Amino acid sequence: MSDRRYIAELQSAPKVRAGEQTIDLSPIVHDQVSTTTCYMCACRCGINVHLQDGRIRYIEGNRDHPVNKGVLCAKGSAGIMTQYSPARLRKPMKRVGERGKAEFQEIEWDEALSLATEWLGKIRATDPKKLAFFTGRDQSQALTGWWAAQFGTPNYAAHGGFCSVNMAAAGLYTIGGSFWEFGEPDWERTRYFLMFGVAEDHGSNPIKIGLGQLKNRPADNRAKFVSINPVRTGYSAIADEWIGITPGTDGLFVLALVHELLKADRIDLDFLVRYTNAPWLVIDAPGTAGHGLFARDDAGNPLCVDASGTMHNALEAGVTPRLIGDVTLQDGRAARTVFELMASRYLDDSYAPEKVAEQCGIPAATIRRIAAELAEAAFDHAIEIPVAWTDWAGRHHDKIVGRPVSMHAMRGVSAHSNGFQTCRAIHLLQMLLGSVDCPGGFRYKPPFPKAAPPPAKPAAQVGPMHALHGLPLGFPQAPEDLLIDPNGSPHRIDKAFSWEAPLAVHGLMHMVIHNAWAGDPYPIDTLFFYMANMAWNSAMNAPDAMRMMSDKDESGRYKIPHIIYADAFFSEMVAYADLVFPDTTYLERWDCISLLDRPISDPDAAADAIRRPVIQPDRDVRPFQDVLLDLGARLKLPGMIDGHGKALYPGGLKDYIVWHERRPGIGMLSGWRGHDEDKQGMGEPNRRQLDRYVENGCFWRAEMPEKARFYRFANRDFFDWAIPRGFLDKPQQIVLQLYSEPLRKFQLAAEGHGTRQPPEHLRARVKQGFDPLPSWYAPFGAAVDSEGYVLHAITQRPMHMYHSWGGQNAWLRQIQARNPLFIARKLGERLGLADGDWVWIESPQGRVKAEIKLMEGVNQDTVWTWNAIGKRAGAWNLSATAPESAKGFLLNHVISELLPPQPDGHRYANIDPVTGQAAWYDLKVRLKKCAPEEAGETAPTFDALKTGLPKSPGDLAYGAEFRARRGRP
Amino acid sequence: MTSLPVHPADRKLGLVIDLDICVGCHACAVNCKEWNSGGHMAPLTDYEAWGDSPSGVWFNRIHSFEAGEGANGRTVHFPKSCLHCEQPACVTVCPTGASFKRAEDGIVLVNEDLCIGCKLCSWACPYGAREFDEDVGVMKKCTLCIDRIYNDKLEEVERVPACVSTCPVGARHFGDLGDPKSQVSQLVAERGGYDLMPEMGYKPTNKYLPPRTGRAQAGCTGTPATPLAESATDSTGNKLLRWLDRALSR
Amino acid sequence: MHPALSVILFTCASGGGYAMLALLGLFGAGGVLSPDPLSGWIAFVWSLGAVTVGLVSSTLHLGHPERAWRAFSQWRSSWLSREGVLAIFTFAPAGLYAIGWLFLGEIWRWVGLVLSVSALATICATAMIYASLKPIRAWHNLWTLPGYLAMGLASGALWFTLWAEAMPAVEKPAYDFAAIGLVLSIAIKLFYWHFLDSGAHAASAESATGLGNFGKVRMLTAPHTEENYLLKEMGFRIARKHAVKLRRIALIAGFIAPVAAVLAALLTPHVIDIILLAAAVLLNAIGTVTERWLFFAEAKHTVTLYYGAERA
Ligand SMILES: Nc1nc2c(c(=O)[nH]1)N[C@H]1C(S)=C(S)[C@@H](COP(=O)(O)OP(=O)(O)OC[C@H]3O[C@@H](n4cnc5c(=O)[nH]c(N)nc54)[C@H](O)[C@@H]3O)O[C@H]1N2
Ligand SMILES: Nc1nc2c(c(=O)[nH]1)N[C@H]1C(S)=C(S)[C@@H](COP(=O)(O)OP(=O)(O)OC[C@H]3O[C@@H](n4cnc5c(=O)[nH]c(N)nc54)[C@H](O)[C@@H]3O)O[C@H]1N2
Ligand code: SF4
Ligand code: SF4
Ligand code: SF4
Ligand code: SF4
Ligand code: SF4
Ligand SMILES: [Mo]
Repeated sequence: MSDRRYIAELQSAPKVRAGEQTIDLSPIVHDQVSTTTCYMCACRCGINVHLQDGRIRYIEGNRDHPVNKGVLCAKGSAGIMTQYSPARLRKPMKRVGERGKAEFQEIEWDEALSLATEWLGKIRATDPKKLAFFTGRDQSQALTGWWAAQFGTPNYAAHGGFCSVNMAAAGLYTIGGSFWEFGEPDWERTRYFLMFGVAEDHGSNPIKIGLGQLKNRPADNRAKFVSINPVRTGYSAIADEWIGITPGTDGLFVLALVHELLKADRIDLDFLVRYTNAPWLVIDAPGTAGHGLFARDDAGNPLCVDASGTMHNALEAGVTPRLIGDVTLQDGRAARTVFELMASRYLDDSYAPEKVAEQCGIPAATIRRIAAELAEAAFDHAIEIPVAWTDWAGRHHDKIVGRPVSMHAMRGVSAHSNGFQTCRAIHLLQMLLGSVDCPGGFRYKPPFPKAAPPPAKPAAQVGPMHALHGLPLGFPQAPEDLLIDPNGSPHRIDKAFSWEAPLAVHGLMHMVIHNAWAGDPYPIDTLFFYMANMAWNSAMNAPDAMRMMSDKDESGRYKIPHIIYADAFFSEMVAYADLVFPDTTYLERWDCISLLDRPISDPDAAADAIRRPVIQPDRDVRPFQDVLLDLGARLKLPGMIDGHGKALYPGGLKDYIVWHERRPGIGMLSGWRGHDEDKQGMGEPNRRQLDRYVENGCFWRAEMPEKARFYRFANRDFFDWAIPRGFLDKPQQIVLQLYSEPLRKFQLAAEGHGTRQPPEHLRARVKQGFDPLPSWYAPFGAAVDSEGYVLHAITQRPMHMYHSWGGQNAWLRQIQARNPLFIARKLGERLGLADGDWVWIESPQGRVKAEIKLMEGVNQDTVWTWNAIGKRAGAWNLSATAPESAKGFLLNHVISELLPPQPDGHRYANIDPVTGQAAWYDLKVRLKKCAPEEAGETAPTFDALKTGLPKSPGDLAYGAEFRARRGRP
Repeated sequence: MTSLPVHPADRKLGLVIDLDICVGCHACAVNCKEWNSGGHMAPLTDYEAWGDSPSGVWFNRIHSFEAGEGANGRTVHFPKSCLHCEQPACVTVCPTGASFKRAEDGIVLVNEDLCIGCKLCSWACPYGAREFDEDVGVMKKCTLCIDRIYNDKLEEVERVPACVSTCPVGARHFGDLGDPKSQVSQLVAERGGYDLMPEMGYKPTNKYLPPRTGRAQAGCTGTPATPLAESATDSTGNKLLRWLDRALSR
Repeated sequence: MHPALSVILFTCASGGGYAMLALLGLFGAGGVLSPDPLSGWIAFVWSLGAVTVGLVSSTLHLGHPERAWRAFSQWRSSWLSREGVLAIFTFAPAGLYAIGWLFLGEIWRWVGLVLSVSALATICATAMIYASLKPIRAWHNLWTLPGYLAMGLASGALWFTLWAEAMPAVEKPAYDFAAIGLVLSIAIKLFYWHFLDSGAHAASAESATGLGNFGKVRMLTAPHTEENYLLKEMGFRIARKHAVKLRRIALIAGFIAPVAAVLAALLTPHVIDIILLAAAVLLNAIGTVTERWLFFAEAKHTVTLYYGAERA
């Protein structure tokens, strides 16, 4: 670590001189240190918790931990203040007043659990899908998803649908892996790094560590870091070049780069032929149901053709396929190669830099230069690692070649309604440069890569008292896989895997409240949320969400009959629950960071981890995952009770982690499996597994041999390593899908083929969105530029805050207790706005008031603010007049889950038509200066929540006691 | 003893902060707060912790600046803590001897048992590096983690300031700036490390490494990449034909 | 800088008090005082009272007043310490002088001389506390010391004159000193404010950050969204037009009007002159306090450069 390069150069402690204060240079730091895993955010770093007299003296990064290598971010360093937050819930609560009024009665756990069992029991016996179980910042989806499946409801998802499913889906359908935290740049080797739309990301510390290394390379091995982002803060501030792109236009920018590279023939043909479906033949029979599908042999293998015109199984090794030229198939139909389709499309002048420059807000010359710089890095500075490896076909290679260009993209790309295709475009660029999972390129983290797309399909409801035959979420490959009735109406409450969002592989948590309220496609009985602030910053429109959750029908009953919520703190959402399960904090419970969920692996090794209690709760709270298993047992769910109907995991999650097997030998944790504790990934459960984890700093990490670390979609050495560990099923090449047949199948349906076709109002969208080749179209929301809504409005995560829950932290809120609206100085001058002025931010959805801050480093047509700083008055046990609620604001107040009405009155969902990803950043607004008497306070505001918790302390002298113990009162 | 050491040792412990890579994440500030809340100057009192105007004692604060106009400008994140100056008037103005500069390593400290809380030292510090603790009634400040850097109860590698060991990008370096051969001194020499407000004449020990320039228009080598030339297309002008007889086997 | 009442009171009261002591000493040394006990009592209660009130109030803003005695230890380096030492030391000659005058009916010339010297030295030391602070350009300049002396003298001499006119003790009141002090104050303040308005500054946002070579430096975000100690203590800001108004008040009430009153008092019969002088003392007090409030309020500290100020 570079920050340690310069230390340990100290001589011994000097002696004190006369007249100077005598200082205790070696005070005790702890009487006990416990390792565990941080959860101040989802990055999951290893921490050492120093305890004195049972109180936390200090939390520091675990130097041996693969994720953070000893560093700790601002949030993690503030863990003490979250642990002792006055907003912590204390006991289960039952609603006694109206929803949203936060009038609760504290109840015993038994009452709470039997109440829930009663509600859920009825549902399961009649119609399981009437339970909608959605989880937010959930890190135990391996458990929660499985639980939903056992319950028998398809209505399960975590936050992914409003988070970054576009990145996940585009990646998994294209390269069998993805950005997000499922892969990362080869930080040590890359020479050129393109970062699209990242403010902080999940790989919070890893990215920072990586950027630090990358920027401080020796002169002879320099790397360039380019950040594409409308705003120049955070990472963009330290980029060697900042490109202030206009929101929603990344796809155009990237395809213009593709245009330039193709024009100059600066592409990696070898890579395309060996590892992608570039040579595959695509049927060219316009108007027919086969048009645009791959030409296949009788065995169903894709075909390619060689120079002599002979057809070959395109998966065969050794063939020398043609890339250009018309082909006539046996059945007489014409075909063209994927490569030809691709090249002819992007060579078109409509993709020329000049054509896109204005729309992107990037000079054509800059686009050209970047293209040249990419080519230079990829081809003139190629890397060769002298490591022998064996490819999928068993052929030996004496070295590993690398194209040291890497890319990373996150919500700046994904949170737009064209994010899926934009992300596909970025993957296309990577493939053209041959920089996927090679030295210096983007690299997968195990267990990835997987088949593109992975084989699992979403499971449908079976019926009362039955579990699903699979998991609720999966990867549809054709209209047949959609979860819809013959009449096309969706099976899922969030309409995932329907024509509204066919590839909603993470579900659509953001639509649940609206749909449940509207009874569309059907009414439900119980909304069960976990760890998601759906009444506030997780709602695309907070006021609507609050209204819908407290709305009643004619008969005076709530339109959403029951709401159960599990939170650890008094968030805005708590006020809307009928039944509240108080959870423990991350330092008080067992958790499992499983490879079955989101991995913490790094490109060279598989890794997983646990959280364990390092201090005992001082409240009547229970770990939610224990509660979930308890509920499961009370409901007699399969897999949670033994033959005699007794709970299988009486010890809760702790037992489940060790003993649960998904498939024989495959469980929650991969380390120390088997009777001899020597098995990795696959092996019998081991009763001492958790002890081993604790001894090892609460994580497990298994490096793969060097020869197995690259080209893993086609690397036999990797297959040999991954298969016995259960990460991969068969030793088969994973061909990267430059051209996507599944997408084409949905597009064909939209073109009028097949029995399952999208409803008329969605046809055009599906046809456009499901382009089998990466494409760009203007984001739908952004089209709203009528009535002067011409400014793009976006948010960024502050590095020092985690969503809404960071704001309760006494230290973090000192850094930021309010958020202004940042706008370009020039724009400010044009609108007559100066620092400290207050404006109305107006969208078709509504308006919100904010203070203005002018800045230089922002796209001229873009305004932005920090995410989730604004709070509802009284929530989180903050003062009802705290800056968070008096001056801080949520941009969500002017976003909407629905787009403005069409002429015919229909309102499309504000989502990506492919994945259903919430299009947060499509928002367009206009600014109106406030009247003087309006300035100084935000609006809208909502009546203050009375949490009923003990009033928060005033001043705080945390730490005095440790000093007192050292004899210094 | 607020007269400066007559024979200061050659050792000048301090920090070197790399403005070229600081992303402004506040990790160093919060980790500083965390360590020192139980450390030599504990507590670092917080006021209205959950109230209307939360504030408190911090030894390290992260500022953000923009320098220059529009796209040609820079955003620079700017951490600032005590610079452990060589000519610290914050020490010499102190009437009680509470404020002092250690002769052996140049660390500037406050002896809370002597401090009368007159605040004059905070007026004398041009950099705003002194923090008054209303609650305790004494002045507090960055101790350069004196209770870490010499702490024999910590492992060798841990004997660095909390802010240094926690910085995720590695933008903070700690060492002896009095020794020209030390790695920090060399870093300062290589990268042109500079003083804040030199005109004040306080001679800060801490140094700041400037943001690097001239990389925006250059490729990965640091020099401009040769522009892409359109590869030859045949007479028909069909750009695709260039790949017609490229034979590559999988 | 935050204008703390305790400090304003301290500098004003002790300034006048020590100046009055200095004059008592000086006139005594000059042999123009007769040791009349009553007037003596009044003189000492008045001057020492003012001084004591000042010193006490100065300890009020301390975090640990009970440790104030420690402030005498660092006279080698600290002007605050020197000021403390001198302030207290001055009580010795003052006490001795008083004993002679009040109980033995004698004016000890040498003691008087020592008293006036050490009283004046105390005023200088007070001024130097501020004049020595480099980060505050409004203080760290040539006008601070003469300013404190002149204004101290003005107040002290006014008090002295009023006292002298009302008492039988003196043949020769300090009209001349008062006039000189007041006129000097006017001149010095006018020059001082001109100096302030001429944009004199200690440093700039560019030099504070070292980022000037990229162009103009502007703060994007402060480290904390709410006010912290540094801003409360050193980030005090005052509107330009507000300041101008106060300057006028300080100038007219504090010095111009008193000069007029003093001159008028010279030409008016007894009793009237006393009333005029009393008015002068009152106006001068108001003006001086206003001036001292401005002395703080208008002073920019370089720390503000890290919180959005362009120059300081
Ligand atoms: N405008 C705008 N809105 C956005 C975004 C944006 O970029 N802009 N981002 C979107 C994205 S990507 C996401 S992921 C969401 C995130 O938004 P959320 O998932 O809602 O995240 P939080 O707001 O932190 O809410 C998580 C809840 O979990 C609770 N919690 C914290 N720790 C625990 C625990 O240990 N146990 C339990 N049971 N509960 C706990 C917190 O108290 C909080 O109520 O926000 C979305 N909303
Ligand atoms: N500290 C902290 N870390 C977190 C979180 C947190 O709340 N706090 N949340 C976690 C979660 S749930 C998530 S999903 C991740 C998200 O991690 P990020 O993706 O980094 O999250 P965002 O804040 O949405 O960042 C979006 C960035 O894209 C930019 N942007 C917006 N529109 C466009 C566009 O059209 N093109 C381009 N190129 N850029 C654009 C914005 O300016 C912003 O910088 O962060 C995770 N990590
Ligand atoms: S990034 Fe920070 S908050 Fe997130 S897990 Fe790591 S240390 Fe904790
Ligand atoms: S931790 Fe490092 S990167 Fe973060 S603000 Fe401090 S110095 Fe900058
Ligand atoms: S930075 Fe300020 S407090 Fe620190 S030594 Fe220099 S003058 Fe003193
Ligand atoms: S506040 Fe304390 S340390 Fe500072 S000058 Fe006064 S006595 Fe010295
Ligand atoms: S050296 Fe220690 S006290 Fe000083 S800023 Fe760093 S962490 Fe804080
Ligand atoms: Mo997210």
